[in-house]
Amino acid sequence: MIKEHAPVLVILVPLLSAVLVPLVGMLRNRFCWHVAFAATHVSFLLSGLLLFRVQTNGKISYRLGGWEPPWGIEYVIDELNSFVLVTIAFIGFLATLYARKSVVAEIEPVRIPAFYSIFLLFLAGLLGIVITGDIFNLYVFLEISSLAGYALIAASRKREALLASYNYLILGTIAATFILIGIGYLYMVTGSLNMADLRERLPALYHSKVVLTAFAFFSVGISLKLALFPLHVWLPNAYTYAPSVVSAVMAATATKVGAYVLFRIMFTVFRVEFDLEVVSITSILLVLSSAAIILGSVLAIAQTNIKRMLAYSSVGQIGYIVLGASIVNETAMTGSLVHILNHALMKGTLFFIAGCVLYRTGIEDIAGLRGMGRRMPFSMAAFTVAGLSMAGVPLTVGFVSKWYLALGALRADLWYLVPVILVSSLLTAVYFGRIIESIYFGRAEDGHSSGSLSRERMHEAPTGMLVPALLLAVLCLVFGISASTTVGYAEAAARLLLGGR
Amino acid sequence: MEFIAGKYNYWIYVALMMIGFYAMIAKGNLIKKIIGMNVFQTAVFLFYISIAKVREGTAPILWDRTVLYDNPVPHVLILTAIVVSVSTTAVALALIILIYREFGTMEEDEILRIQKNGSAVPPGKPE
Repeated sequence: MIKEHAPVLVILVPLLSAVLVPLVGMLRNRFCWHVAFAATHVSFLLSGLLLFRVQTNGKISYRLGGWEPPWGIEYVIDELNSFVLVTIAFIGFLATLYARKSVVAEIEPVRIPAFYSIFLLFLAGLLGIVITGDIFNLYVFLEISSLAGYALIAASRKREALLASYNYLILGTIAATFILIGIGYLYMVTGSLNMADLRERLPALYHSKVVLTAFAFFSVGISLKLALFPLHVWLPNAYTYAPSVVSAVMAATATKVGAYVLFRIMFTVFRVEFDLEVVSITSILLVLSSAAIILGSVLAIAQTNIKRMLAYSSVGQIGYIVLGASIVNETAMTGSLVHILNHALMKGTLFFIAGCVLYRTGIEDIAGLRGMGRRMPFSMAAFTVAGLSMAGVPLTVGFVSKWYLALGALRADLWYLVPVILVSSLLTAVYFGRIIESIYFGRAEDGHSSGSLSRERMHEAPTGMLVPALLLAVLCLVFGISASTTVGYAEAAARLLLGGR
Repeated sequence: MEFIAGKYNYWIYVALMMIGFYAMIAKGNLIKKIIGMNVFQTAVFLFYISIAKVREGTAPILWDRTVLYDNPVPHVLILTAIVVSVSTTAVALALIILIYREFGTMEEDEILRIQKNGSAVPPGKPE
């Protein structure tokens, strides 16, 4: 039973638990976390099961309510989305583990049941976007996760979070409505909402103005959602002022899902030939993503707040993910897809650690990290590993994705992208190198010591917060040293998307 | 003439969409942005209803199978989108209430100035 219905249970378990959590919260506030933890755990196990089944038996198609596609809603799990699904469910699971202590410190006690409820809705929305094979269903899940996301950002105690959340809401709604208009235009000419069915029907209509308009709305809407430069303006404030656990989850999953939607629309609903020959979307994305890679790193150097720096570096990393898709060959696409996982691991670690530092010391500025290596050695070790990985040091995951991207660029004769990747890696090395140097070799100034605690004494973050961060940091190394598993999944997905190009 | 009059519902959709989109981007007042957002989304509803229309068609109620009727699918889709739009408006209004309690204003530039220069209104006490 469970095996048969796993595709829908992945979504239903967090969705129904989101209703259950406030009810449990009425009895005991602290049991909310247990329900959320159980729900995300089950969801993660089920997504793992799906990944395993797809790898052994191939594509799974699940018909909701037994309705035949293209009339009914179909959930399709193939090599691409099973991989993204596991990434998201895994980060969601770890974030729930992390949230237990972090949320108590950062969110008012009365709001905690509501927070977990919305958090589960957010994850259910993201998982739904990834798993569905119906384009209108995708819009609905997109709005579920976005609305939950606005509320999660506003849950922060910082008052700047309110306006950040509001601006994200306005831009997010523009993005979602654009996607809705795009869906309308596609429906107008094809009469279908099923992605696989659209793929069959669209090629005959590729030169229709309606289809071109639909594609334009899709590409702008999705680029806004995934914060592709220059549509990234909502991202830095939202990530900076959100509660730590929310920043970590959003940075690690929400923009990745945006990238996934872009790939689905570009390569599954439309075909590669359309992207290359009818509209030159790939060359536009090539320029935008290169600009994002360079400017994201440059802007990150200029920041003084830890989370804001990480947010700008996210803008650059999103550039990498889109770059791989716009080169259009299997090697680069593999790099791009494997970077979805790799960046989730690195950014998850970094935001988790930023939250640990905030929890223990209240420090948010990069300057405050001086000498922190003696005070929080484990946290800082994880931060260092993830930071080196961001810069693309060999034996870390960052190197693996950059290697495939650079290789793909060379194979496509786009040699000028290699300097872009190298320069950005150097810039990343500059801003992380600077921090790592001051963590281990900087002397703590007395002005920064908080309370009566001496800064030289070891004072680690709570275990519940440290374990998820350390686990992610270890995975950064494991998948960096033996990349064959993750790259294998990504290669299968890239083959599926590009069909042997 | 036929190009304009024959497809007047689409022209209305485009005009409303542009008005709403402009208000969302250009207005500094948070409530006005929300009004713009609602106009923008309503325009999209009109668009969906327009594409459902079949010439000479009636309401899609199957009394008699020979009668020509409109396509009901876009109607159903847009019901969902209306729910989404209402929820978005609710979240936005809730945020505006919180912002007003915190900053005592709904003008974006004033809020930004207060954020930069420190508190003008004590937290929790709007004027």
